[in-house]
Amino acid sequence: MVQTALIMLGVGLFAGIAGAILGIGGGMIITPILTLGMGLSIKYAIGASIIAVIATSSGSTIAYLRDNVLNLRVAMFLEIATTIGAIIGALMTGILDPKYLYLLFGCLLVFSAWNMVRKLRRGQEVLKRVTPDRIAAKLKLNGSYFDKAELRDVDYQVENVPAGFAVMFGAGVASGLLGIGSGAFKVMAMDTFMKMPLKPSSSTSNLMMGVTAAASATVYFFNGSILPGIAVPMALGILVGAVIGSRIMQVLPARWIRIVFIPVLLYIGLQMVFKGLGVQLFS
Amino acid sequence: MTEKPTTAKEMAQVETIIGRILQIGVIVSAIIMAVGLVLFLVTGQSGYPGSTVPTSMQTILTGVIQFRPYAIMMLGVYCLILTPVLRVIVSIYAFYREKDRLYVTITTAVLLILIVALVIGVYGK
Repeated sequence: MVQTALIMLGVGLFAGIAGAILGIGGGMIITPILTLGMGLSIKYAIGASIIAVIATSSGSTIAYLRDNVLNLRVAMFLEIATTIGAIIGALMTGILDPKYLYLLFGCLLVFSAWNMVRKLRRGQEVLKRVTPDRIAAKLKLNGSYFDKAELRDVDYQVENVPAGFAVMFGAGVASGLLGIGSGAFKVMAMDTFMKMPLKPSSSTSNLMMGVTAAASATVYFFNGSILPGIAVPMALGILVGAVIGSRIMQVLPARWIRIVFIPVLLYIGLQMVFKGLGVQLFS
Repeated sequence: MTEKPTTAKEMAQVETIIGRILQIGVIVSAIIMAVGLVLFLVTGQSGYPGSTVPTSMQTILTGVIQFRPYAIMMLGVYCLILTPVLRVIVSIYAFYREKDRLYVTITTAVLLILIVALVIGVYGK
């Protein structure tokens, strides 16, 4: 029992650090460890994963808010899309064959990974235009953040708001239908489509994930998917890990975060494509 | 006073308020979870027979009064689940103080959608 608690604390610590840096929920780290490593059934793994998403989100947001990294307006505006999407996704369960969604989103992620490679090679992180995007200006979405790696305030502009909104809606549908945190899609919507720099994209994704997850978490809480002996030590580990991760992320150069992010995106993307095709390759 | 654009300073104030309240929420839930976990590890008992877990608010609250480890742990998890909702509520207040009506509306809409999602989640399945 003590051993299980210690393992979960350690797993949580790791998932919290990684989740906070990349802006993805701990789900893709937690679920394989719990199901493959500890032989837990998928029902409890999903319950633990949703708690992991919330813990990562709340733990890291404290630091990101204080240090002025995330974009609160972008988060609130796009949350309209994710929450409506999540409801529709949940209602569609059983109607739509998730196969097509896996395929669609897998391809989107692979596309996004390719896009990130291009951004990496171009070495251009921040979008500056002479004429700012009209919708972004109207919604006051353009922002600035203090980059602790470059030691300066970075002003950035946002564009393609409708496209970002649409991808976020899709991310919401996917999380409602497939039971995933869909943090990777949120980062993709902001970074690839709306041209936000990676650091505010990742931290804003963290903030948003908690809100999207909270709705479904209540369901899992009351239907008995949460095992306190697993979820509690893991959540405590994540809270500590997320605080550490959110500090590490800010001093890392955006380039390095991208280098870590690209294989992660490719992995999730290909896994979804294969799942959609009915091939079980890994995990 | 004429209408002025949102300054970075005002936005920072809003973020400080939200950050502080979120911090309190996270710390409170962490303490409750930690107390439950320590009690669980020290006594070696969950307070419930076999692998049962209290899942209704009533059983959890009575369990907390009776000092049962699993009930305290579940209460902590529940508080943690509520922290993002708390964040949305505080954001509405923060944008209101900043006199940003557009974002008071947007954030209120998010809260309403979230409530609908909660209701569908609890009663729909």
